[in-house]
Amino acid sequence: MPFHTHTLPNGLRVIAETSPSARSAALGFFVRTGSRDETGPESGVSHFLEHMLFKGTPRRTALDVNLDFDRIGASYNAYTSEENTVYYAAVLPEYLPKAVDILADILRPSLRQEDFDTEKQVILEEIGMYDDQPGWAASDHARRIYYGPHPLGHSVLGSKESITALARDQMHGYFSRRYSPTNIVVSAAGNLDFEHLVKLVSEACGGWERVEAGRPERSEWAGVGGLHVLTREKVQQEHVMLLAGGPPADSPLRYAADTLALAVGDDSGSRLYWALVDPGLAESADCSFYENDGSGCVYTSYSCEPDEAEGNLAVVRKVLAEVQRDGITEAELRQAKSKILSRVVRGSERPMGRMQAIAAAWTYTGEYRDVDTELARFDAVSLADVRAFLDRYPLDRHTTIAFGPAQSLDDVEGKVV
Amino acid sequence: MGQQVYQHVLPNGLVLLAERMDHVRSAAMNFLVPAGCAFDPPGRLGTATVLADLITRGAGDRDSRQLSLALDNLGLDRDESVGALNMRFWGSTLARNLPAGLEVYADILRRPRLPEEELEPVQALALQDIQGLEDSPQQKVMVELRRRYYPHPLNQDRRGRAEDIEGLTAEDVRRQYRRLFRPNGAILSVAGAVEWEPLKAQVERLFGDWAKGEELAVTPAAPAPRSEHLHKDTTQTQIALAYPSVPLGHADYYAARAAASVLSGGMSSRLFTEVREKRGLCYSVYASHETFKDRGTMIAYAGTRAERAQETLDVTVGELRRLADGVTDDEVDRVKAGLKSSLIMQEESTSARAGAIATDWYYLGRVRPFEEIQAAIDGLTPAGVLAHLGRHPVRGMTLVTLGPDPLAMPE
Repeated sequence: MPFHTHTLPNGLRVIAETSPSARSAALGFFVRTGSRDETGPESGVSHFLEHMLFKGTPRRTALDVNLDFDRIGASYNAYTSEENTVYYAAVLPEYLPKAVDILADILRPSLRQEDFDTEKQVILEEIGMYDDQPGWAASDHARRIYYGPHPLGHSVLGSKESITALARDQMHGYFSRRYSPTNIVVSAAGNLDFEHLVKLVSEACGGWERVEAGRPERSEWAGVGGLHVLTREKVQQEHVMLLAGGPPADSPLRYAADTLALAVGDDSGSRLYWALVDPGLAESADCSFYENDGSGCVYTSYSCEPDEAEGNLAVVRKVLAEVQRDGITEAELRQAKSKILSRVVRGSERPMGRMQAIAAAWTYTGEYRDVDTELARFDAVSLADVRAFLDRYPLDRHTTIAFGPAQSLDDVEGKVV
Repeated sequence: MGQQVYQHVLPNGLVLLAERMDHVRSAAMNFLVPAGCAFDPPGRLGTATVLADLITRGAGDRDSRQLSLALDNLGLDRDESVGALNMRFWGSTLARNLPAGLEVYADILRRPRLPEEELEPVQALALQDIQGLEDSPQQKVMVELRRRYYPHPLNQDRRGRAEDIEGLTAEDVRRQYRRLFRPNGAILSVAGAVEWEPLKAQVERLFGDWAKGEELAVTPAAPAPRSEHLHKDTTQTQIALAYPSVPLGHADYYAARAAASVLSGGMSSRLFTEVREKRGLCYSVYASHETFKDRGTMIAYAGTRAERAQETLDVTVGELRRLADGVTDDEVDRVKAGLKSSLIMQEESTSARAGAIATDWYYLGRVRPFEEIQAAIDGLTPAGVLAHLGRHPVRGMTLVTLGPDPLAMPE
């Protein structure tokens, strides 16, 4: 597929992979900012700001934004993570100019006080919703504890207290600091003409003022260690998470990390599946590799009846220790690669999938990887690469967090939360 | 290139559908078997769910591990799910691996081992699934709504009942398999980079000698919906509503879909605008249309902190009722744009197309050409939507709430 790239004089980068046979075009604005870029009192501002971008601009009211998207039949939304805030739309090719117009416009929001006050209630509802879903609360606690002082542990949602206290001007300050064109990548994929896209983006975004928007703290992190038990009585299932360090997104070891995590904890046929789910000991068990800017994480988790939590923890520790010592087999490697090949190919068949993939690669490494390059790199992963990854990032050097009704685990008393 | 849809009905009744999609390397399959949880016998609620798990734990020459490994080595991601009337086997992988995957699925569907020694772990998982629902109030309120809105046995939840599951024997599960698994009434659909003639030959070889089974149908009781508040000490109150609409295949179906979209199609739709955008009452609010062959239903949902739950219910119900007062041209134009766009983008997803052609056949006994769907969308008008609402007014709402305090249905 042809790949194109262009940088505007103000530093905004535009990238695209074009595919004339696609039925649609996908467009996204990737802002390199998230909860890790917040200072203490700003906790939750990245995500709240993401909501506020849909609340209008000098040219559009909140309703106009939604009306304009819906009039072109767009599939559109936004999301915020610890380090990225992404606004995207998939549209029929003839509506791409309109999609550029709307997305570029909302990236310069008015942040009106009245809208801010109303939307604050929506954010508080979202926090309340996740509060009632223990799986979410559990992983938020796990990240906070594992990362300790590292900014990657900042909660994306923030807390009821931080959101309540947040003022509109604080949000504006954060916006001015982070939404610089130098900190944004416009990514597109599918049925589109790149020259035309660059022209549209230049017209819409060429006047954006550039400021320095860095990210000073990008150090690697291997966790605080230990077992941390959080007790919440109203919950039915126990959620247990074991977090260990992993390669950053721009490391060549990411391919080995992804492959190994799949062999250890995919939802079918993995070590943890056979050890916990197949015998009915845990409802779910998973191991995944999360790539982050500067510091990755291998995240192992399971949920089960509280009575089984302790026994299951011994099983999981044993699995991780065995893999650390002996690695995986040639057959497991082959099996993991078959799954990856299939998933990468299927994920690339929609412009939305490619738009996200090229933006992630470009944001993290500054390189373009087409589907076949990505497949070739996974295919090249050897058992020696897996060993190199394990030696560099030991899987059994984990921090364990339990969240649920259990009063204690392995003689560690639970702290009521 | 236009749509390339193929169909073939085997003498034993199995329906094979395929859609060839250019420009993709993958293929998706979707196997519908008329063995949903509405067929669970009294006292054995949850049998279908246990069967759906046990059925992949060894089949034909392969034991549980060998079977899992065979599918994993084909890169075949899969899922078994239990609906009210059908059990669905979904799988997707590279198109070149699909034929080998179908060989394995022929074993799963026709020659499962249903091993006794695997029953206990499967029961344990089914019980945890029931318990896990308590940690997921949004899902729980929908289960409780359908339980009270739909007549027996359409109201049975796939999770079943804990005491029934504990008492199940391997013979109970095998009996359910023998009673329900059959080619007549089953649909296999495939979409992606597939070749029709070899696919058809393979499916005839794999399933052609599958003997017909007895046709079983559920006979729903007379509707007796009831509203209820369920107490739970949560931060948010969950609000769920249901009321009658028309099914897929009904002349009014697209008007009903349009009414649902005016309420909840995009972020400019009425519920999102009035409940969330203007008043900030909730994070999640929606309405949707769902269908059985013989009945359609409108469902609405909102989740909000307890102190604002009554206002949220009042505004939501107000919007549902206000629909009959009128729908604008602009609203219907937005509905059309959304439906048209999703119809076209569906063509980029093998899973979506495999699902869509199976759905068409299940409800209509045929696959609708794009032009027909497009014409139905183009034909939508405000007057048509209003006429539909006149024939099928918003009334007879069933309300189920889950949270600290009960709510009052607005007059």
